[in-house]
Amino acid sequence: MSRLGTFTRRTFLIGSAAVVGGVAFGTYAAKRPLPNPLLEDLADGEAAITPFVKIDANGITLITPRADMGQGSYSLQAHLIAEELDVGPDKMILSPGLPDAAYYNAAVIEEAAPFPAYDERWLAETVRDLMRVLPKFLGVQITGGSSTTVDSFVRLRVAGAMARETLKEAAAQQAGVARSDLKTEDGHVILPDGSRIGYTSLAVAASAIPPVTDVSLRDPSQWRFLGKDVPRLDMTRKCTGTETYGIDQRMQGLLHATVRANPGMGAPVRSYDATVARTMRGVKKIVPVTNGIGVIADNTWRAFQAADAIEIEWRTPTYPATSEAIFEVLGNSIIAAQRDSRKRDDGDATQALSAGEVIEAEYRIPHLAHAPLEPMNATVLCTPDSCEIWTGTQVPGFVRTHAATLTGLPEEQVLVHVMPMGGSFGSRLEDTHVLQAVELAMAVRGTPVKMTWSREEDMTHDYPRPSQVMRARGKVSGGKVDTMDLDISAPSLTASWLDRMVGPLPMRLPGPDTTIVAGAWDQPFAIPNYRVSGYRAPEMVPVSSWRSVGASGNGFLHDCFLDELIHAAAADPLNERIRLCNHGLSRKVLEKVGEMSGWDGPSMGPDRGRGVGFTLSFGVPTAEVVEVTKTPDGIRIDKVYVAVEVGQVIDPRNLEAQVFGGVIFGLGHAMNCEVTYEDHAPEQTNFHAYEGMRMYQAPQIEIGVLTNSDALRGIGEPPVPPAAPALANAIFAATGQRIRELPLNRHVDFV
Amino acid sequence: MKLTINGTDHEVDVEPEMPLLWVLRDELGITGPKYGCGVALCGACTVHVDGVAERSCQLAVGDVTGKVTTIEGLGTPDAMHAVQQAWVEHQVAQCGYCQSGQIMSAAALLDLNSEPTDSDIDEALSGNLCRCGTYPRIRIAVHAAAKMLREG
Repeated sequence: MSRLGTFTRRTFLIGSAAVVGGVAFGTYAAKRPLPNPLLEDLADGEAAITPFVKIDANGITLITPRADMGQGSYSLQAHLIAEELDVGPDKMILSPGLPDAAYYNAAVIEEAAPFPAYDERWLAETVRDLMRVLPKFLGVQITGGSSTTVDSFVRLRVAGAMARETLKEAAAQQAGVARSDLKTEDGHVILPDGSRIGYTSLAVAASAIPPVTDVSLRDPSQWRFLGKDVPRLDMTRKCTGTETYGIDQRMQGLLHATVRANPGMGAPVRSYDATVARTMRGVKKIVPVTNGIGVIADNTWRAFQAADAIEIEWRTPTYPATSEAIFEVLGNSIIAAQRDSRKRDDGDATQALSAGEVIEAEYRIPHLAHAPLEPMNATVLCTPDSCEIWTGTQVPGFVRTHAATLTGLPEEQVLVHVMPMGGSFGSRLEDTHVLQAVELAMAVRGTPVKMTWSREEDMTHDYPRPSQVMRARGKVSGGKVDTMDLDISAPSLTASWLDRMVGPLPMRLPGPDTTIVAGAWDQPFAIPNYRVSGYRAPEMVPVSSWRSVGASGNGFLHDCFLDELIHAAAADPLNERIRLCNHGLSRKVLEKVGEMSGWDGPSMGPDRGRGVGFTLSFGVPTAEVVEVTKTPDGIRIDKVYVAVEVGQVIDPRNLEAQVFGGVIFGLGHAMNCEVTYEDHAPEQTNFHAYEGMRMYQAPQIEIGVLTNSDALRGIGEPPVPPAAPALANAIFAATGQRIRELPLNRHVDFV
Repeated sequence: MKLTINGTDHEVDVEPEMPLLWVLRDELGITGPKYGCGVALCGACTVHVDGVAERSCQLAVGDVTGKVTTIEGLGTPDAMHAVQQAWVEHQVAQCGYCQSGQIMSAAALLDLNSEPTDSDIDEALSGNLCRCGTYPRIRIAVHAAAKMLREG
């Protein structure tokens, strides 16, 4: 059965219940549907058709619970609903809704299942299905893991179709005709005589009848929005300065605040002296918060100035003080006692490596900050019996739970309004800044407070992507790669994050942390002796998910060492990858990128070269070819070719944007970004030291999208992992210099 | 002190060393210009002073002598400037947070140079950081806006 069929059958049985004053729907397979959160605050005259559609006399609101960090998810979710509901998405009110278990994300946990994405055997499918059901019971409303498209694709269209048919039924009963004789168009039901009844005027009647649940979804050939070149609904606002991001939140009596917390992450304040700060203009209050000191003022800049004027003595955190010490711990963790996983063990690597010429290498990759351009911020209004929060977050449910604990309020009295986000890249899976804002707001109850981190605070208090060390061995024979054995060491970012989200775990994670080896153990190559082992280093700096998570670093580690072996075998980098590839969809992606780039070997003449990189992540095989020139001013990236296999294309123009954006993100960080530690604190505090790619460095990017599979995949992350190895392999091709660590500018200059 | 912003006069009572950005955002509620870095490294705060692109996070309000235009004054959703139209047409924005600054830098460039080359664009816009990597479409949109303006 196709994946889509599986989704429909298992995940979308429709439960329903009529409730006084409205209609409650569950849109997932469960005996007892989750309560519909929109019914809890429905006014008279409003009908909540499903948790994703709300209609009243003023208009139709589409609820788009997956966060929009810039990847276009609000627009995508609205189009999924609108496609079946027959409304113009540009005329609808869009709202992320309030956090609720009904908006659980099934797809994000699926990626954590212990099977590679290309494994479609029964057992792998079954476990993935089980993983998909888990978040429903955990109530995890989360945006991440390139999951929005996958999670929403059927669920939101079913919601739109149910709402449409229920509105038609209400009209049919009013007009005394059969529902099957009615049509819908642009927010109206069309009667057989051609007259039109607006959805909004049917809202009350629709709330009084049992909802229609036996809906079938339209054939893709009938789609008007999906798969078409539709403009993003937020585009005009974002190009006219009229989008209201979290940092732009305004309200009557708003105070502005900031926090300086211990740059040694997680350690408390020893002492502080705010004598000067208290006297500065506009300062209202100095408030100690967890591990730091907050300043509440009447203007953000004044709060920044006052925070800088506070003298603070910090306590020392328990992790090693420097990056070098952290790398030493990572290296020392590659021992049997700390082995966390060996999910790939084909052939007999030990035997193969016991004799003959063994190729060995050690790789390392640095911590990376997320550094979205909008610094972390949150606006909070606390009263004695409520706490209202406005912030851009990927985890509104956790924010609510944590704020309830902090304020001592029941969860129902904590409201979280999810705001549009100026980027995230994973940083908004964290809520330390939100909880700081709650602490500040609790100190001035009744007055709203907007807490904004300075860029320096944001860079130094990000929960970064962990650094990693890999020791690799391999062998070649007869012009082919014969053996590849990778030992990869990293702390568990999953354990670190869960510790902050759900509290200290009673024991080690049940089973290995897949993120330590994701993007390395699960690659579709038939190397005769092929072993990938993960080693779980102790937790040091608290770490988190960074765009493409484990694959962000492992893509580089796996693919660059594979490139070394291929070079040692004197084979062609692209052809040998194709020969080794044992997954049809992935092979086609490699072949495609070869055609696009006119691949005829890594050499392109004097001082020029091309490299190929490949990573299968989040179910999306992605191959990239990077062409570089060595100039007197440094390496110039001339052109990039990308081929991806995504199954079905829902939003083609946005897909293209996610692909080239992901490539630029991957290349920029590979070129020049790292977070290093000295005295326990990050040394990079602003964009002068963490630059990423600039306009003048951005290469031409040509994109090839393949749709050979019937699976549906998200594309926000998969283009990132192959970018760094493709660039490093291209630099090797152009210069003969093999670079085994990131960022690459530790060894070469870039134009 | 007095400020003229988007054609409207404002009287503000602030320290002269306060950056214009924070006067706009927190004192006057003009939030199109964004705070990204605070030290003129990212360009998200770019505004025009007498038509010239300036980083408002590093411009002390006491030093502002000319007329200030922010993204809100460049054009509105109902009456967009050619650069904004081109940005929408080419679907440039992802998170959109840097785009106010990108657009203001592009508009200032096109005021001086009606037919910029790729390297002119690189030079004028490389101070505007985009973490989402929208550069390829920015380049296309600047050319499109230039054409639109040339053809009136």
